[in-house]
Amino acid sequence: MSEKTKMSEECSRRQFFTHISITLGSIAAVMVGIPIVGSIIAPIVNKPKPIWRPVGELKGFTVGDIVKVSFIDSSPLPWAGVTAETAAWLHRQGQEEFTAFSVNCAHLGCPVRWVAGAKLFMCPCHGGVYYEDGSVAAGPPPRGLYKYPVRVHNGQVEILTSPIPITTV
Amino acid sequence: MESLKRAWLWFDDRTGLGSALGPIIKHPVPPNSASWFYVFGSATLFAFILQVATGVTLAFMYVPSAGEAYQSLQYITDQTTFGRIVRGMHNWGASAMILLIGVHMVRVYMTASYKFPREMHWISGVVLWALTVIMAFSGQVIRWDQTAVWSTIVASEQAGRIPFIGTWVADFLIGGETIGGATLSRMFAYHVFIVPALLFLFIGLHLYLVIRNGISEFPKAGKVVDPKTYRKEYEDLVKKKGIPFWPDAAWRDMVFGFIVITTILLIALIIGPPSLGPPPNPSNLDALPVPDWYFVFYFAFLALMPPAMETYLMVFGPLLVGALLFFLPFISNKGERSPLRRPWAVAIVALTIASVSGLWAIGITSPWSPHFDAKPLTVQIIGADSGPIYRGGMDFNEKGCLYCHTISGHGGLRGPDLTYIGDRLSADELTWRIMNGGLNMPGFGGTLTNNELSDLVIFLKSRTKKNH
Repeated sequence: MSEKTKMSEECSRRQFFTHISITLGSIAAVMVGIPIVGSIIAPIVNKPKPIWRPVGELKGFTVGDIVKVSFIDSSPLPWAGVTAETAAWLHRQGQEEFTAFSVNCAHLGCPVRWVAGAKLFMCPCHGGVYYEDGSVAAGPPPRGLYKYPVRVHNGQVEILTSPIPITTV
Repeated sequence: MESLKRAWLWFDDRTGLGSALGPIIKHPVPPNSASWFYVFGSATLFAFILQVATGVTLAFMYVPSAGEAYQSLQYITDQTTFGRIVRGMHNWGASAMILLIGVHMVRVYMTASYKFPREMHWISGVVLWALTVIMAFSGQVIRWDQTAVWSTIVASEQAGRIPFIGTWVADFLIGGETIGGATLSRMFAYHVFIVPALLFLFIGLHLYLVIRNGISEFPKAGKVVDPKTYRKEYEDLVKKKGIPFWPDAAWRDMVFGFIVITTILLIALIIGPPSLGPPPNPSNLDALPVPDWYFVFYFAFLALMPPAMETYLMVFGPLLVGALLFFLPFISNKGERSPLRRPWAVAIVALTIASVSGLWAIGITSPWSPHFDAKPLTVQIIGADSGPIYRGGMDFNEKGCLYCHTISGHGGLRGPDLTYIGDRLSADELTWRIMNGGLNMPGFGGTLTNNELSDLVIFLKSRTKKNH
């Protein structure tokens, strides 16, 4: 066997070993990577089903008033503790007519407060202000307050659990 | 003593560690790099080591559960031996690390140490800086109190502005569509596993590069970097005039590092850890979320940027800053290094420091926020205890005017000070402004009754220098 053919055979043997090593490593990484990456990004795909949560009896709300109501989000984990709680600003406008505003400012999600004397929602973070109907009165919010679905059911006022509203482009 | 030495010789013979590491820590460095300007990188590293040590200690006591983390933090702070000091050191160590990595970065930029052949030093440093910022933010989030919860929401809202994939990124960050049991576990994993692993990796690379390419010599005006000749010149310099890094140059790092670590400990002892806010209950809306001091300038930026451009500024602003920093060595990697010959570099640093400080100063008072805790006007300030002036003053307290306007030192800063408004505007002008709002003031036309409005106008007209 000449020196040259020996070299090329060595090279092809080496190439084979290189390829098989890298291929096997990559296959192993992809195989274990699917469940690993999959479980980390699962919350993007798995959405909890919204649930109607009772927030109080119909007769407990005065027509014209805006009050804070608290309820449990749609899929509380056993160890969530107080973080499972969420809130909405509930406005009773008529006999069975309600509006439920998200408590998250449409600017960057801070908790807006209802200032009854001024009849305004005010955000403590970056100065967003909204009128009674949720429309922007001042400050940086690009849109009015988000609203949650609300209904009266068997004498109870119920709010449909919803995601934290994310203002997108 | 003799037996200890023998044991070391045996150990070194079998492991070779002494002969492998000795030359590295004693490698020759340019004599003028042994300077007090060159101590900030090592000080950042010392602060990082302290963060690892105190962080691991906190992990012995902290419970990363959304429902229990808050109680475990109370327990660490109030009931454990030294837990309060460890939490304090971890908090102030984070502040120190943010501060020191910033100073180190400014120093490297000012002396243009990022130029050939140290481009990758700078790039790995930019990655380390970004990772440090992520650590600082995720750290204050897993201090799982009310502010942490709202900070998490604010962060995911910002992520939500990313075009097309915004909602996905937001859901990924908080582990779903709402704050809940999944959120803290994820934040904990980012803060304790993912980002620290990346930090170790990039610190390793950063230090390896310092050994490979050498510490940059202190720049001299007129001495330019030429990629063709630089390496040869540098080798000649350290061969002829170089001094061993340990201990000739390193003693300064040790002295400054000692001061840094001692300062962190002292602050932890005297001031202690930041007090916990109310529990992390997202339905408690009585919140005034403000980030830790090093993010206050960004908080101000978020409040002050023009709303029409904010999506672009929020998403592309940080990206642009990151990209500029990242690609800096490719914009200029040769030529002058001395700040005396790089006026633009000095101007950029000065401008950056000035704008960040300005945003900071204004962020601390945050005049754009209504002051919900403003002290109401007293009868003395109002100057009447009955009649329209009194009723108008009370309306000023109750209708929300006070949160944004100051009168005689009481009230918010959002709108103009109205202490002497009676001298500036007529009754008609006042009525018009209250009814219609304008310039970021809501209109109160639909809120006030006619009587309330006329009382308020009479009260405001009485705010004059003469009456005062």
